[in-house]
Amino acid sequence: MGNGKGRGSPPGRIAAVLGASMMTAGLVTACGSEQGLTLNLYYAPEDTFQTVVDNCNAKAAGRYNIVYNKLQRGADDQRLQMARRLAAGDDGLDILGLDVTWVPEFAEAGWAQEWTGSNKAQAEAGVLPGPLATATWNDKLYAATKNTNVQLLWYDDRITPTPPATWDEMISEAERLKAEGKPHNILFTGAQYEGLVVIYNTLVASAGGHILSEDGKSVVMDEGAVQALEILKRVTSSGITDPSLTNMKEDETRQAFQRGNGAFELNWPFVYASYADEQPQDLPHFKWSTYPAVDPGVPAKTTIGGYDLAVSSTSKHKPEAFEAALCLRSEESQKFSALNDGVPPSLEALYTDDTPLDPAKPVDADDNPSMATAYPMREAIFAALKDPAVRPLTPAYQSLSTVISKVLSPPSEIDPQQTAEELRSKLTDALDSKGVIP
Amino acid sequence: MSTVEDVSAPQQTTAKPGKPALSEGKRAERRLGWLLCAPAAIVMVAVTGYPIVYSIWLSLQRYDLRFPQQTEFVGFANYAAVLSDSYWWTAFGTTVALTVVSVAIELVLGMTLALIMHRTLLGRGLVRTVSLIPYGIVTVVAAFSWYYAWTPDTGYLANILAGDSAPLTQYLPSLAIIILAEVWKTTPFMALLLMAGLALVPDDLLKAAAMDGANGWQRFIKVMVPVMKPAILVALLFRTLDAFRIFDNIYVLTGGQNDTSSVSMQTYNNLIKGLNLGVGSTMSVLIFITVAIIAFIFIKLFGTAAPGSDKEGKR
Repeated sequence: MGNGKGRGSPPGRIAAVLGASMMTAGLVTACGSEQGLTLNLYYAPEDTFQTVVDNCNAKAAGRYNIVYNKLQRGADDQRLQMARRLAAGDDGLDILGLDVTWVPEFAEAGWAQEWTGSNKAQAEAGVLPGPLATATWNDKLYAATKNTNVQLLWYDDRITPTPPATWDEMISEAERLKAEGKPHNILFTGAQYEGLVVIYNTLVASAGGHILSEDGKSVVMDEGAVQALEILKRVTSSGITDPSLTNMKEDETRQAFQRGNGAFELNWPFVYASYADEQPQDLPHFKWSTYPAVDPGVPAKTTIGGYDLAVSSTSKHKPEAFEAALCLRSEESQKFSALNDGVPPSLEALYTDDTPLDPAKPVDADDNPSMATAYPMREAIFAALKDPAVRPLTPAYQSLSTVISKVLSPPSEIDPQQTAEELRSKLTDALDSKGVIP
Repeated sequence: MSTVEDVSAPQQTTAKPGKPALSEGKRAERRLGWLLCAPAAIVMVAVTGYPIVYSIWLSLQRYDLRFPQQTEFVGFANYAAVLSDSYWWTAFGTTVALTVVSVAIELVLGMTLALIMHRTLLGRGLVRTVSLIPYGIVTVVAAFSWYYAWTPDTGYLANILAGDSAPLTQYLPSLAIIILAEVWKTTPFMALLLMAGLALVPDDLLKAAAMDGANGWQRFIKVMVPVMKPAILVALLFRTLDAFRIFDNIYVLTGGQNDTSSVSMQTYNNLIKGLNLGVGSTMSVLIFITVAIIAFIFIKLFGTAAPGSDKEGKR
């Protein structure tokens, strides 16, 4: 009776069909994985990165297939998603796109696999020292640099024909322009977030100071770090910054400059492409220079950004994941991303590379760009990258950054000595994971 | 006619007669009752009890996901760290201020709205539905529209009211905007709860009061409010507990800048963003305790009862 019921009733039949289709689906995937395995790449959204992934998949000739899982846009959200999954031991992550400040954290927490042997040699070859430092923790390599980034000083040569060489010059120039009733603001990321920490870190490094010790284990906050606080205070309390300074992130800064609301803009190179898109008629006057120095004659050290690729320690296909990561950040891939997505390469050779995207055809700014046409500012970038500032390397960077941006906000209310004291004690707590982060 | 005594009196009287020896049948019945509700009770304990106990356990440890090797039992060190921290107390003060001010405004507005809706003769259902719309909109979505409205250049409110300044970058203006967003969202909810209370006021009472010469205000204060008291207290309890846990509006509007962080925001920053399970759990335990105290004050001191429970329903 049970038999008859099972065969006859529709639910039974549906279950049978479902069961059968699940079995076949299982068989199909099983076949698939015999030919090549799937590597899950978790990386920030980048417009043309899928093409890089496709190229690497073609090179792998079926041994593996990289699937590009786009993370959220916000850096905090990206870090959180990966951290949460890795903390839970998720083995579905193979290659991780890490912001340059996360490598020590992922390494210390045991989420990123160390690079050794020939993988390590390949990942280190030809990489600029600054970006390479961001992929290293405790003298071991935990990631391969994918791209780097560095801020420049942007200005309009109709307002200021020559860029200021020092912060002093820039401030007095802004004050002069203000007196003349011209656009005068110094625009930068003053909101309470990582962007403010980037500016501060640049100032500290340019003044020859340190926030943390070399090993990242103790707080230093020396003379230079205090001098940086003085400059930040001076810039923001003399009426030469935008009224919404404390709400400005990268894009608000860019927009304010494009609206003609400033004389100087401190920002990443992405602003050039946006300017070219939105205000092509003014583009010839949109100029750039390396960051102004703190002390005359001592070149500025500018904070670098960018992404590194790590192999997850929970990955079930580590050898393939290392190989795939190396392909995704190879010279060819980095050049493609630089020309199509505007992300500055971490490989030194590409800054003197003159061959266009398709070497067989002549250079054309629109269809067949070369580093020279896509990066008119490449020399300034390269100059800044030769001796850059790296943000403090420590697993507790996230807490550090939250504390610094909190203590420095709003920058106009900094009291250099007292603020330095406060930073010293709050950062020490943060390093010991004792203190509360705001 | 105080409801405090009305509610608490039967509790004391029903508690005592339970003592005398039960008959065999009664005891079997009781055992069966326990058996029948055991599965539900076990699930409840597993789902709600376990996380609470676990977070208390975590709060007694140094446990940072970034330093897995350095996990250790530290007793109440995390509590000492949090309770002696200025950031925590700033956030606590902000949260309390937000709660008190927004709930007070909501009570007044909600009562007004409830009175209007109660007296509406035409299309009562439609009016009630329409006034509930803000409560139906996802908070984050509404918060984003407030955010853009108050951002200079893109926002109509900032352009009209704020001139050159950016209100979301200053302490008091951003607090005011957060309160505005909260009030806008939850006043309808308050009004709805109060309207249920208004329905309890018998028309005869109001008519009798009017006959005795009470004017509108006197009728409201002396007749309606005492009758509505249970409903008002329930509405206040719900909103106070909700408002104390405020997170989404602040997250979107200011991200906690300029000291506008609430305790929930700060817990999120420490627990989820900072991956510091020890300190983060400590904060969640502290929030749990505060919420429990608020509920205790409302229920024991003010005599708030759950909606629908009366002398007969309460055991």
